[in-house]
Amino acid sequence: MKYCYYPGCSVKGTGRAYEESLLAVLNALGIEYEELEDWNCCGATAYMAMDEIKSCVLAARNIALAEKAGYTEIMAPCSACYLVLNKSLRYMESSKPVAETVNKALATANLKISKKIKVRHPLDIILNDYGLDRLKKAVKRPLKEFKVAPYYGCQIIRPYSTFDDQYNPTSMDKILTALGATVVEFPLKTRCCGSSLTGTLPEPGLLCAYIILREALRRGANVISTGCSLCQFNLDGYHDKIEKKWEPVRIPTLYFTQLIGLALGIDEQTLGIHRCIVPLSATIGQPVNS
Amino acid sequence: MHELVRTIKYEADRVPGFGEEIKSVPGCENLQSCIQCGTCSGMCPLSIYMDYTPRQIIELVRSDFKNEVLKSYTIWLCASCYVCTVECPREVHITDIMYELKQRAIHEGYYPKRFPIPVLAREFFRMVFKYGRVTENFLATTMMLKSNWKGVFSSWKLGLKLISTGRFPFKKEEIKRKDELQKILSTVDKLSIDMLGGISHLGNGTKKSNNNHNNHH
Repeated sequence: MKYCYYPGCSVKGTGRAYEESLLAVLNALGIEYEELEDWNCCGATAYMAMDEIKSCVLAARNIALAEKAGYTEIMAPCSACYLVLNKSLRYMESSKPVAETVNKALATANLKISKKIKVRHPLDIILNDYGLDRLKKAVKRPLKEFKVAPYYGCQIIRPYSTFDDQYNPTSMDKILTALGATVVEFPLKTRCCGSSLTGTLPEPGLLCAYIILREALRRGANVISTGCSLCQFNLDGYHDKIEKKWEPVRIPTLYFTQLIGLALGIDEQTLGIHRCIVPLSATIGQPVNS
Repeated sequence: MHELVRTIKYEADRVPGFGEEIKSVPGCENLQSCIQCGTCSGMCPLSIYMDYTPRQIIELVRSDFKNEVLKSYTIWLCASCYVCTVECPREVHITDIMYELKQRAIHEGYYPKRFPIPVLAREFFRMVFKYGRVTENFLATTMMLKSNWKGVFSSWKLGLKLISTGRFPFKKEEIKRKDELQKILSTVDKLSIDMLGGISHLGNGTKKSNNNHNNHH
């Protein structure tokens, strides 16, 4: 089966290493995908504060385009997109007026949602469709040096995820273990990263990011793994400000797809490892001092 | 001199009908089921910065204290992490209620001028209508210029790092069929007034509760 790849805006910009590594991994594993033609913004978070119905319509146009092209499953790597696409489907299911409004609006472009279509996260696809056994066999360079804090963030698993536990998700833990990495106990795995507050109200936003970074170090991690471009941005981009306000908590934050790619033997350039602001070399591959 | 603030609300501060209006919005129906246990406030990673905790907001909403709620910082601090929604023992969709309150505050003009979060939401909305996609660095720059322009200077270092790691696109992302998307979105404006019983979020004057606010923060 070919998955309909819905990239979302952020993996085309600040989060482009997520797309680079995801596609490299899918190609290496032989998972088939195709980018949705003329996809639009999903209508995520900030948009929902303006208009919930229009946010639903934005998501619905993408789903309807996927249906028209004959897909049955959409792969959405960005957690905000994953949430909004799923939320819109639920919203239309649970409210008839919403569903009617959305479908009438779509009809003006000869689009409709009439079939069941699934919206899935790459974590889900790699774990449950591809499978851990095959993944283990594909590993060429086990991640022996890596002590990883598995950080899921909020919107992949709350509130609409069907593939993992909302309180203690483990899908990423399992994948990382299969890659030969050590997964550290990380109770903050679903705590908020600060979201867009880091850019709008830095004080509370940066505190959220700082708490996660500090806890990862305390737990003995040398890398944080994430599946969301905003989480990656918040944990990677604000070290100067965090250090000035609190203390240095330098630890690289990589996409889980970059970690899979490294274990598969894909080169760092292809995986976009060089796009990390805190470089991987900050903690990995350094001679151990004292 | 220290300014005295009355901490107890009077009956006269209520805007009758406000709670019912929020409750009638799809997704906000369970408002009445809240038992005021405070699980939401305890779980919320941002409640330590809020003027009213999420639990208090829920009570204020259903007791019709529209002005207090829509002028609060709380609704803007909500980062939509959904932990309250998942943990609520009464299945109140607190995050969705916060979204509804943000929409009301934006469309009815209840928020401090140049306050960055609603400015971001408006600019996001505009950019999506115009281009169909969002290019984050352009959005962030516009947001800063329209709210706190000094932010541009305090963020120059981050900007340079994004440029040097190739994470700062110099061209805006856009879709091909913008006219199609704009037509779909414009249809919603017309439809939601009739089909959703006036609960469209456009500040179109169909709402029953009055705007009797004057002062911003």
